[in-house]
Amino acid sequence: MIAGTTELFAIAAKVNDPEIPVLSIADLGILREVNLDDDGTVQVLITPTYSGCPAMDVISEDLYQAFTQAGYEKVDIKLVLTPAWSTDWMSDEGKKKLEEYGIAAPTGRGHAGRITLGMSVKCPRCHSLNTRELARFASTSCKALYTCKDCLEPFDYFKVLS
Amino acid sequence: MKHEELDAALDSFGDALASATRVTPGNALRPEDIAVDGVAPSEEVARYALTLGDDALILAQRLAHWISRAPELEEDVALGNIALDILGHARSFLTYAGLAWDKTEDDLAYWREEEEFTSLWIVEQPNGHFGVTIIRQLIVSVFQHLLYRQLASSQDETLAAIAAKAVKEVDYHRDHAIQWTIRLGQGTEESAEKMRHALEILWPYVDEMFRDEAVHQNLDSIAVRPSTLRAAWQEEISAVLAQAGLQVPATGQAMAFGRRGEHSEHLGYLLAEMQVLARKHPGASW
Repeated sequence: MIAGTTELFAIAAKVNDPEIPVLSIADLGILREVNLDDDGTVQVLITPTYSGCPAMDVISEDLYQAFTQAGYEKVDIKLVLTPAWSTDWMSDEGKKKLEEYGIAAPTGRGHAGRITLGMSVKCPRCHSLNTRELARFASTSCKALYTCKDCLEPFDYFKVLS
Repeated sequence: MKHEELDAALDSFGDALASATRVTPGNALRPEDIAVDGVAPSEEVARYALTLGDDALILAQRLAHWISRAPELEEDVALGNIALDILGHARSFLTYAGLAWDKTEDDLAYWREEEEFTSLWIVEQPNGHFGVTIIRQLIVSVFQHLLYRQLASSQDETLAAIAAKAVKEVDYHRDHAIQWTIRLGQGTEESAEKMRHALEILWPYVDEMFRDEAVHQNLDSIAVRPSTLRAAWQEEISAVLAQAGLQVPATGQAMAFGRRGEHSEHLGYLLAEMQVLARKHPGASW
């Protein structure tokens, strides 16, 4: 079984985030590297979005399965912390998929001070900029809860981590 | 029993104990994988990492208790998320520290006695009413933010990596505490009174946070000496309290020496709850 790292990367990139199933771990920017060792071990480097992210266990499981199904017996998955993940690691393709899924993609930089003067977040449903933050923390660590003042729907915003 | 047999018996015992947080035995990703490539820390670095891990672990345990008990659903979620982030920091620090002693994060979390924990008194103080939890968060998250920001340039690469990750998350925790402090301080007479009460009962544990201890010795350019953070902390807290219409209280300081394993009456009860499952069912997994 001889494959280039590009092909191996493509196998890993098929794994989706369990919390946001429309995004692959490559879109999200948490898949860092895939290498093949001399002894045939596939080494995958991933990084967490947030330190306590419980999705890492499931992602790891899914990676094992993806490579096992592709015929690789030995898979070594490593968690790396540097450089730390930020929302800048998310691909434009990923941001587009997020919007289509109904989650507002991260925009601009984080909140600089304690006064909430972030950029307006666009409602993923009606595209209005007339929205407001309901809660800084939402269904997962990486999201905040917003509501649209025009269409009145609440929505998740993938918050900026710079 | 021969040496080999004893070693084998101990090894299997250790493995059984290590599995409590594994989703699937054998191949789930564990935080100890973080440091697999890294060199085990020296005894001194490990002891320092242990203090940071203990602070985070005990605070996470305290905060998790709010889930289903917060004043509103959004706060259930917020405090739960904050607790999860902090638990993540605890797992990384404890895993790293454990490498020095051939222990896992679970060994350190579940199988140490009260006097072996090196956490600060502020983190073991009870949640109290919501204002008490918010003031505790304010005091600790501003401290941790300053600490991790500096630790991110530590010469110890693993500590620096954990801190660089943690500081971004603590920034959100700090913002959460500051915004609530201002709202509640400037809210109703009752909310302001409760915030004053919270400051009165928690302020005695401030000095301990900034005391340089034996554990910080001989770790120049690796550990952050807490005394160096005090001025910046004081300035930031004073500004927030002023904006909230609250004052820095004039209370005395507790004789608190958590770093040396001397704890307030509250830690034992917290540990009893946190450790009971692992101790009653060693090696349990799901």
